[in-house]
Amino acid sequence: MDRSLFITGAAGEGIQTVGDIVARAFLSHGYATFTTQEYESRIRGGKNSYRLRVSDEPRNAPRHDADVLLALNPDARSHYAPSLRPGGFLLSSKEEGGDLVIPFADLAVRHGGGRIYANAVAAGALCASVGLPLAVLEHTLRETFADKGDEVARANAAAAGAGFARAVERLGDRRPAELPERSERYAFASAHEAIPIAAAAAGCRFISAYPMSPSTGIITAFARHADLGVFAEQAEDEIAAINMAIGASAAGARAMTATSGGGFALMVESLSLAGMIETPIVIVLAQRPGPATGLPTRTAQEDLLFAIHAGHGEFPRAVLAPSDPQDTLCKTIRAFDLADRFQTPVILLTDQFLADAHFSLAWLEMPDEIPGPHLADPNTMSPYQRYARTEDGLSPRLYFGQSEHLVCLDSDEHTAAGHITEDLVSVRPVMVEKRLEKGRRLRREIASPVESAVEDAELILVGWGSTKGAIEEAASSLREGGRKTGTLHFSEVWPLPDFSFRSGTEYVGVEGNATGQFARLLEAEYGVKFERKIVRSDGLPLDAATILKELS
Amino acid sequence: MTSMEAYLSQVENQWCPGCPNFGILTALKRALVELELAPHEVCLVSGIGQAAKLPHYMKCNVFNGLHGRPIPAAIGIHLANPELTTIVTSGDGCIYGEGGNHFLHALRRNPDITVLIHDNQIYALTKGQGSPTTRRGERTRLQFDGVQLDPSQMLATAIVHGCTFVARGFAGDLDGLALLIRRAITHRGLSVVDIIQPCITWGTHPVDWYQERAIPIPQDHDPTDRDRAVALALETPDTFPVGVLYETPPRPTFAASYRTRVGAGALARLDRVPRTVLEAYLARFTVNGSRTEKRTKELR
Repeated sequence: MDRSLFITGAAGEGIQTVGDIVARAFLSHGYATFTTQEYESRIRGGKNSYRLRVSDEPRNAPRHDADVLLALNPDARSHYAPSLRPGGFLLSSKEEGGDLVIPFADLAVRHGGGRIYANAVAAGALCASVGLPLAVLEHTLRETFADKGDEVARANAAAAGAGFARAVERLGDRRPAELPERSERYAFASAHEAIPIAAAAAGCRFISAYPMSPSTGIITAFARHADLGVFAEQAEDEIAAINMAIGASAAGARAMTATSGGGFALMVESLSLAGMIETPIVIVLAQRPGPATGLPTRTAQEDLLFAIHAGHGEFPRAVLAPSDPQDTLCKTIRAFDLADRFQTPVILLTDQFLADAHFSLAWLEMPDEIPGPHLADPNTMSPYQRYARTEDGLSPRLYFGQSEHLVCLDSDEHTAAGHITEDLVSVRPVMVEKRLEKGRRLRREIASPVESAVEDAELILVGWGSTKGAIEEAASSLREGGRKTGTLHFSEVWPLPDFSFRSGTEYVGVEGNATGQFARLLEAEYGVKFERKIVRSDGLPLDAATILKELS
Repeated sequence: MTSMEAYLSQVENQWCPGCPNFGILTALKRALVELELAPHEVCLVSGIGQAAKLPHYMKCNVFNGLHGRPIPAAIGIHLANPELTTIVTSGDGCIYGEGGNHFLHALRRNPDITVLIHDNQIYALTKGQGSPTTRRGERTRLQFDGVQLDPSQMLATAIVHGCTFVARGFAGDLDGLALLIRRAITHRGLSVVDIIQPCITWGTHPVDWYQERAIPIPQDHDPTDRDRAVALALETPDTFPVGVLYETPPRPTFAASYRTRVGAGALARLDRVPRTVLEAYLARFTVNGSRTEKRTKELR
């Protein structure tokens, strides 16, 4: 089973409410549910969709076609109707073509007592069109509105029942069979929802950020949940945000910031600062399509080369690009650990898809071991020099006020003691080498890419970050069709680890940008050649159908 | 007991011989000694410029960051370890120009830090361009026909934004400046001290010219009188009334409610958030009951 449901309408019409309720209803019935939201950068109006993919086994990748399309207004109907598959159901309130006519507002007033219950009518009709029992939806509605009082719960249930009954009536003998309950219970989360919890687990104590889609949810979660123990400060701009975080880190608090491409551009000078003063910092860079303001509410993988190359001068940094909520949880903890161990910035490269899409996962769990801070013991050294030369380039790190040892951090080229120097003979070369050595050692820590079904593969799809689900779906579909296809996925994209590409196999790069940035990077770093690149850069998440179409 | 010697740095000084920055350095050390603060209890934060090199010239914790950005860095340092006395020391170009937005918002945030602005009314390290406080009409190495803008009025701005300690110092008056810095550090909340520091190399006027205009604030000035304080601040750039322009009882400081929750110490010394709290958050993601599958794969 694999059903794609589109709930479409204007911003402010409640498509998110309908979508959330229906998603929870399917999950509570034991079905994996994957949702994406696609919306315009405005507060009211426009054309927006909430997409659910319901299946018996998790299918955490987007579909851009619909088996069921519910349109809350005529504009949405005409805009999204081309997405409906042949034989699919179109639920709308107006008599048109072969629509299943559900007068949302009329039924809401008649059965619920007000137009506000139109969303419940819509949810009821949607469930009927997929075969979800009404009782399951009623249960979800009761839970959702438990704190709103009996009357609201009753009205919602009545409205949902009316929508359900009307859809059943319209469907007639096309009514789908009732879905049996399954025992599976999935964790339903977005990747960004895992970040604050993982950061708190890693000992993060401070986030400063400037609101910017699609990163804003991260600082919001810290602010809302005080028991995560993280102080959240809305900065006046992204430059302040990262400098506050670097300051906090220098004074001993694990610290982070979160932004998108434009905000990251403002942070770049300070990224270099963190590299120079060797102060740990974690930066979430949640990508959206550019250039400039671009498409603020859409998704892209366009900032990979920017993240890798950002910052003047030469200093080490790691760029991690997780693929799903569990991976994001682990990579967030890892980002803090790498930043701390290597005393350098780490970028967690996500995107709007990872911010908003909700995955169904068999588990969402904390790793057993969560590394603690990597601070030096002040009692073991005298005198103390913040940038003391060591074999591995890593100097013992103390924070401001940790002990009586003085800590001197300087953005100028500096001596071992942390003071300005222009000694080009005995200091500068040593410090350059120190930073390079840290980078070499960091590289050895980077995880290998994950290979899947590559042994007999004639074709290997290569991707990174959030497009993993779509690429795997395309590969298994190709294999089912008789084409021996494997996948190669990187979720740690800089520095690149040692890896040998197979000879005699066709590698195809697949990613969410127009120029094939990752393929170009791999070509430069490994000497591999990509004859084909499959790219998507329209702002929608990469899907299996796009890949299959290119390879057909 | 701390002594001036405790603050003595061995780092070679790069300032021009006779630079009034030496006066600021001495006054700052003297204030810290008088407050019986040891070097490890102090963190000096600076940006870029000649003034911003000051932290290297005395023993203490140093954060010499980016041009324009010492204030946000200092806010982060103070937030993470409020046991430190955190002092920003940088020039007018750094704090009023490149970092002007941070200055404005620091006034709103009211962190318990001290900001010392070495106000020489010129960009000295870049060899003589106009700064935000250069007077209209003065010729510089870039504004050859004279500066075409009015100088910024940042002390008046500070008062208007509710900063509870706003003072003007003169680098040539060691005793007065040391006292002002002491009061600024002791004051709870953000303290701003603009220090007139004539530039002997690129300045548009000789030191005497500033000396004549750095006149003490009248003894009968009531520092809680906001309108009068603003009026005094606005006398710049014709004269520089020296002393405390404005001081009122402290208002709530930055992160006060967070500090009520976690205590007053360094955040690095807090216990980790209990795993049970975090696992409870993760459990909320599972709709309708417990999970049926156990973790099988190795987590990285």
